Amino acid sequence: MTARLVLQSADITRALTRISHEILESNRGASDLVLLGIPTRGIVLARRIGEILDSIEPGSGTVGFLDVTMYRDDLAKNPTRAPSPTQIPAGGIDGKTVVLVDDVLYSGRTIRAALDALNDIGRPRAVRLAALVDRGHRELPIRADFVGKNLPTSSSERINVRLLEVDGVDEITIEGGDA
Amino acid sequence: MSILITGATLPDGTTTDLLVDGGVIAATGSGLSAAGATVIDAAGLTALPGLVDLHTHLREPGFEQSETVLTGSRAAAIGGFTSVFAMANTSPVSDTAGVVEQVASLGAEHGYATVRPIGAVTVGLKGQMLSEIGAMAGSRANVRVFSDDGICVSDPLLMRRALEYVKTFDGVIAQHAQDPRLTEGAQMNEGALSSELGLAGWPAVAEESIIARDVLLAQHVGARLHICHLSTAGSVDVIRWAKARGIDVTAEVTPHHLLLTEQLVRGYDSRYKVNPPLRREEDVLALREALADGTIDIVATDHAPHPLEAKECAWDEAANGMVGLESALSVVQAAVVDTGYLSFADVARVLSSKPAEIGRLAGYASAFAVGDHANLTLYDPSVSREFGVEHLHGKSVNSPYLARTLPGQVIATIHDGYATVLGGELLPAEEVARSARSTSAEAARG
Amino acid sequence: MRHLLSTRDLGRDEAVAILDVAEDMADVADREIKKLPALRGKTVVNLFFEDSTRTRISFEAAAKRLSADVINFSAKGSSVSKGESLKDTAQTLAAMGADAVVVRHQASGAPSVLAQSGWIDAGIVNAGDGTHEHPTQALLDAFTIRRRLHGASARGRDLDGVTVTIVGDILHSRVARSNVWLLSALGAHVSFVAPATLVPIGIRGWPVTVGYDLDAAIAAKPDVVMMLRIQGERMNAAFFPTAREYARQWGLDDERLAKLPASSLVMHPGPMNRGLEISAKAADSAQSTVLEQVANGVSVRMAVLYLLLSGNAGEK
Repeated sequence: MTARLVLQSADITRALTRISHEILESNRGASDLVLLGIPTRGIVLARRIGEILDSIEPGSGTVGFLDVTMYRDDLAKNPTRAPSPTQIPAGGIDGKTVVLVDDVLYSGRTIRAALDALNDIGRPRAVRLAALVDRGHRELPIRADFVGKNLPTSSSERINVRLLEVDGVDEITIEGGDA
Repeated sequence: MSILITGATLPDGTTTDLLVDGGVIAATGSGLSAAGATVIDAAGLTALPGLVDLHTHLREPGFEQSETVLTGSRAAAIGGFTSVFAMANTSPVSDTAGVVEQVASLGAEHGYATVRPIGAVTVGLKGQMLSEIGAMAGSRANVRVFSDDGICVSDPLLMRRALEYVKTFDGVIAQHAQDPRLTEGAQMNEGALSSELGLAGWPAVAEESIIARDVLLAQHVGARLHICHLSTAGSVDVIRWAKARGIDVTAEVTPHHLLLTEQLVRGYDSRYKVNPPLRREEDVLALREALADGTIDIVATDHAPHPLEAKECAWDEAANGMVGLESALSVVQAAVVDTGYLSFADVARVLSSKPAEIGRLAGYASAFAVGDHANLTLYDPSVSREFGVEHLHGKSVNSPYLARTLPGQVIATIHDGYATVLGGELLPAEEVARSARSTSAEAARG
Repeated sequence: MRHLLSTRDLGRDEAVAILDVAEDMADVADREIKKLPALRGKTVVNLFFEDSTRTRISFEAAAKRLSADVINFSAKGSSVSKGESLKDTAQTLAAMGADAVVVRHQASGAPSVLAQSGWIDAGIVNAGDGTHEHPTQALLDAFTIRRRLHGASARGRDLDGVTVTIVGDILHSRVARSNVWLLSALGAHVSFVAPATLVPIGIRGWPVTVGYDLDAAIAAKPDVVMMLRIQGERMNAAFFPTAREYARQWGLDDERLAKLPASSLVMHPGPMNRGLEISAKAADSAQSTVLEQVANGVSVRMAVLYLLLSGNAGEK
């Protein structure tokens, strides 16, 4: 199976920069913003966005991570999954604008689980979603507020997101399909 | 009825034909023929004298849900046994002439095996007062072996009196060696494994110390002593020491103690729960050697049937015991014959002539000479079977050998000159009972 | 994980994984809504043939925090006390649709018998069987030690080099047995201190050193001292002469507490005999982890139930 390179390191950086500015724009500034990355690569992206926000408006990049394993709707259908840690920043999420950060938005079920998890943790003023890649094929009425790249795919294809901090390189590839 | 057996291999290795007629071996040789006789082609089969089990639990009267004299003697017959000694822990206890005569006559009526009841040493097995040993000895049941098996005669004074008293009647006390105070609540052999599994231990010393005391008592009062189900290497050492001093002691070992070890307890499967418990590998090897060199005189099954609910529970709650009549010869073959400790001639001694001698049972000193009582079994040592519930013929199925591959199979058993097992199958009860009646009628006439 | 019957079968990696999941479960206790939906729709039965309010409540809390339904079956006043057999009880529970059964039984091996019997298809958790094992107790003890030693960075760590001294009635203690296997699998050095009558026979091959002298053990500055409850009935069976002599020789009194390094942990599985095996001062000291052990018990049991019950039927 051949993998097509669709985004390189520089493309990813540009996309994240744009997303960071869009977040600030839609929030009219940096106050009460909390970024929560969804493990594993969502955490990396949330941190990077946090750094960019900090470079624009110092102190604005409040970052944490939210594990959604316990809230998945497919627990009984797969082998037992080990959960990952959840870390909510010191100020909590009550009354804040939470921006969920994930690498790929696909069926929307992960985000549905994240919304349920947030519900048990507190009551944000608003929840937004930033996704590096939106590959379509939504199964639930969920949409991303901030998207790095729209990549329409067929369901037989696979999108691979690799990030420097986890995989040693920044790139996004597509493989498979009815080639 | 007459039976012609052709081409059987005797324990001494020679091949012969045997003609059974009128309850005795009527002729031996080769190329025998007899009109109207049932013919058994015994080519490749080993002929053994009818096996004698000095230690069986027939459970009747009182515990018929586990076994009856009928079902127990059927199990005996398919195992190649023509005589079983029935232990006294029935309900009521076999401590009077009345009960032992009942058990004996049930055995005679059913006809599958000669049932010799064992009398209790103490009334009700309570360990306090001697039972009417004389009455039992003089009864129609002809009791010569006395045992409180299940329970140890632990009071030293009572044991001394019992040893002395049975001398009067040429009897023998068969001791279940287990110091009760050292084994309160015991569940398995005491050792590293019992510590790991959290099961209360049954230390070897509880058996060995009683044997040591009893052989010295037997020596002091000049009495015969028999020790049931030896299970430890230390017990073997004590018996060896006693025999070297000329003490008149005999000892038995069960087939399961020759083959199985305590490691089987790991899964808490109560099929392996037995008293005395399964011990270590070293003990198994010491017992095999002792059987080979004569320190242990006989093999006895300690056939102990129990109903399903007594074993389908937590280990602590489960009953002690394994059925063993049907599997005995196969297990003995696997444990000591195929491993080179014993020959089939030795098997004939430890499973037939010697137990008969200890129990004062006539007719088993010689088996294959003309004029000998016809009690014999034909055994095929070459087959191999996965032992299953279908091979059990008693009422209970608590066997530790289910799903295990065992060698050998009994093909035919002849008791008092008539067949109880032919072609590897038990003969129907009415037929066997009829044969028994006509044989005893003949004996009465002749 | 199909069943949790003993710590004897847990390797280092599996044990660390359970402790790590327990860390995440512990975080739930700090939230406003102390609930996770992971075991919604599953039924957990507490089958307690032996009385134990504490352990049963701990398992009940654990199951409820994972949104499971809990049914309590205790020995008193139920068909169990009227002599209904283990087999019939198990089959009744299976017919009622139990997904997991937490069993406490006075007979060693009873949970193993249940797990192998085929009478019930549920996952079995051993909550204490006779004198054999109490695996979740050992897990919560290990979790407590790990947390005290490493705090927030406990995840992924084992107990390499930690010295643990277990004191008391080892012979009758399922807690001691479970801890020996688990703690040594995690790299700790375990030792026993007890009168010789209360040390099991034949344990020379176990990963543990045995001593009879508590003062000598304390002088060796162990990282953890774990006191076991002593039962009065043992006195009547001649395991030791009097409670007074026992307390004098093997009790963690104020004098011995003072000789213990301030960093050493004092642990007790509970319930405690204050004044017998442990002084009130020791039980209430800053070094005592007794209350944390209780809280950690819920987290650990949540982890165990989660690992047993989430995951597909294909695994079972």
